[in-house]
Amino acid sequence: MKNILVFAESADNTFKKSTQEAISYAREIAETVGGTVTALVIGATDGSNLGNYGAHQVVSVDYAGSFTSDAYSTIIAEVAKSMQSDLLVVSNTYSGKSVAPRVAASLDASLATNVISLPVTSDGFVVKRGVFSGKAFAWVNLSKSCKVLSITPNSFEIKTWSGDANKSTQSISATSGIAVEQVNKVTGKIALTEAEVVISGGRGLKGPENWGMIEELADALGAATACSKPVSDMGWRPHSEHVGQTGITIKPNLYIAVGISGAIQHLAGVSSSKVIVAINKDPEAPFFKAADYGIVGDAFDVLPKIIAAAKN
Amino acid sequence: MQGNPIGEKGGFFLLFLRKLKRMKVLVCISVVPDTTTKIGFIENNTQFNTAGVQYILNPYDELAVTRGLELAEANGGSVTIVHVGKADSEAVIRKALSMGANEAIRIDAEPTDAQFVAAEIAKIAGGYDLILTGRESIDYNSGAVGGLLGALLGIPSVNVVTRIDYANGTFTFDRDIDGGRETVSCAAPVVASAQKDLCEPRIPNMRGIMAARTKPLQLLQPQTVADFSASKSYELPTAKTGVKMIDPENASQLIDILRNEAKVI
Ligand SMILES: Cc1cc2nc3c(=O)[nH]c(=O)nc-3n(C[C@H](O)[C@H](O)[C@H](O)COP(=O)(O)OP(=O)(O)OC[C@H]3O[C@@H](n4cnc5c(N)ncnc54)[C@H](O)[C@@H]3O)c2cc1C
Ligand SMILES: Nc1ncnc2c1ncn2[C@@H]1O[C@H](COP(=O)(O)O)[C@@H](O)[C@H]1O
Repeated sequence: MKNILVFAESADNTFKKSTQEAISYAREIAETVGGTVTALVIGATDGSNLGNYGAHQVVSVDYAGSFTSDAYSTIIAEVAKSMQSDLLVVSNTYSGKSVAPRVAASLDASLATNVISLPVTSDGFVVKRGVFSGKAFAWVNLSKSCKVLSITPNSFEIKTWSGDANKSTQSISATSGIAVEQVNKVTGKIALTEAEVVISGGRGLKGPENWGMIEELADALGAATACSKPVSDMGWRPHSEHVGQTGITIKPNLYIAVGISGAIQHLAGVSSSKVIVAINKDPEAPFFKAADYGIVGDAFDVLPKIIAAAKN
Repeated sequence: MQGNPIGEKGGFFLLFLRKLKRMKVLVCISVVPDTTTKIGFIENNTQFNTAGVQYILNPYDELAVTRGLELAEANGGSVTIVHVGKADSEAVIRKALSMGANEAIRIDAEPTDAQFVAAEIAKIAGGYDLILTGRESIDYNSGAVGGLLGALLGIPSVNVVTRIDYANGTFTFDRDIDGGRETVSCAAPVVASAQKDLCEPRIPNMRGIMAARTKPLQLLQPQTVADFSASKSYELPTAKTGVKMIDPENASQLIDILRNEAKVI
């Protein structure tokens, strides 16, 4: 690789953890196969600290419009062309995934989303990506000379680097066919796709009124909350919390499943978690086969004890 | 429309114009292993083991078909289904037709990756007001066909939509964003990808199933070359080595274990 470009996604004037991971990932590639890492900041967020995660240089584009897939893709593709980038790295967030394909199409690049490994370059350019909704992985060779990778949050450790990144600005005009009319952000909550710890509840919790326990434990551990499909289908929890084959696929360091049976479609979305804890009153629940730690017990007895210990 | 201020002839003309302006919806569908499928590989892990696998319409695409039909019905339009795949997908294509779609196109090629699929669909996707895909296919999971199509056709793309409404040439969408939801609007033509919550999937009825048998299913040959990527091999997640049980009476021990043994909190 010669020129690696990273889309440095920011929210509320700070760079997300997933962005830091993407930059670290790019730097790791630069260290092994050569190349320079450029972090692209769109909007007003100050990119001064991005050198700490491995960026050699930071390019800022002062675009004041809202995030829209077409305008942001135009900007990213323009910068990539001007820098003759042969690799673009974004994170596999909703925003990252809505620009990656568009940019790949404008650069005539090969695209891989859900990437969870560094490229293997001994024979081509091969990356490992999640397929079958968490049930398997594929090693995919990308054949075009330019590549776009969207990398799964929580797949790479953030490394710190010293040295100031060289800063510059580019002015690029972009228009969007999409008008953003209203944005509703849930504040103060940890995004499920990026969370390191996730506490999840199933039908075993009996009703939405019992989610206080789940939230209390999540608060104590700095975790995000999730749920099984029937729980969101019944409207006990918002659908954005539904994990599994037809919901979100997550990869936290710790997943605690409370009152969830462990159906194959549920496990698909969570089995990449590093450590899994299952709490279920049925010793035969399939989840115990997929867990590292298990407690056979009634959630209503067990959870309060765990919450008390977590708060300690 | 109320009243007729421009006389009978003008009225006919308007009717004619409106006929011309019928909403045209294109829905891209993928055919995927049933969600209960145990995934396995053969040939030294280079090929997916299809033995005994049941194929279904991708669950997100089922939502795309349903909402596409609702919009076309409400606005006097039509829905075309497109699929890139071999002949064994035809049962699933007929299912989409039995839900109410007017016609289908099958592009006769192995769908090797999202980029090839999008390049093929882009060749036939001109002239539609709304192009719908699923948020992602539950087998390939790239979530990319919609965005690729938008770029290839030079039109906007709106991902993971949970609402689509239409009035006066403009579509309004709710979509999931990182940490929330937003509302956006966009003039036709536009590509959107369906997320859960968009609608309740429509179940085909007997009449629909009968009608689907004779609906047009056009077969096209691929026009592009699949040269973006190739899956070299597959692997399964490493199996858990066995669960360690914790006494429910001592449940608080879990926190200690997670802190000091597993070191994840
Ligand atoms: C096409 C399709 C797609 C699907 N996609 C998904 C998906 O993406 N995600 C998903 O989650 N599911 C999905 N499912 C549904 C899946 O098959 C299961 O039905 C679902 O995961 C079950 O949810 P649950 O474990 O919460 O409920 P249940 O199966 O009802 O299990 C409840 C569990 O709670 C335990 N329990 C009860 N009371 C207590 C208590 N007091 N204390 C402790 N434990 C208790 C019970 O022993 C039981 O194991 C899908 C299904 C289909 C057909
Ligand atoms: N072979 C295919 N033929 C037609 N449409 C497809 C095909 N594969 C994927 N799609 C569409 O693209 C969406 C996203 O798929 P993917 O990019 O593979 O995750 C799916 O939900 C379908 O709407």
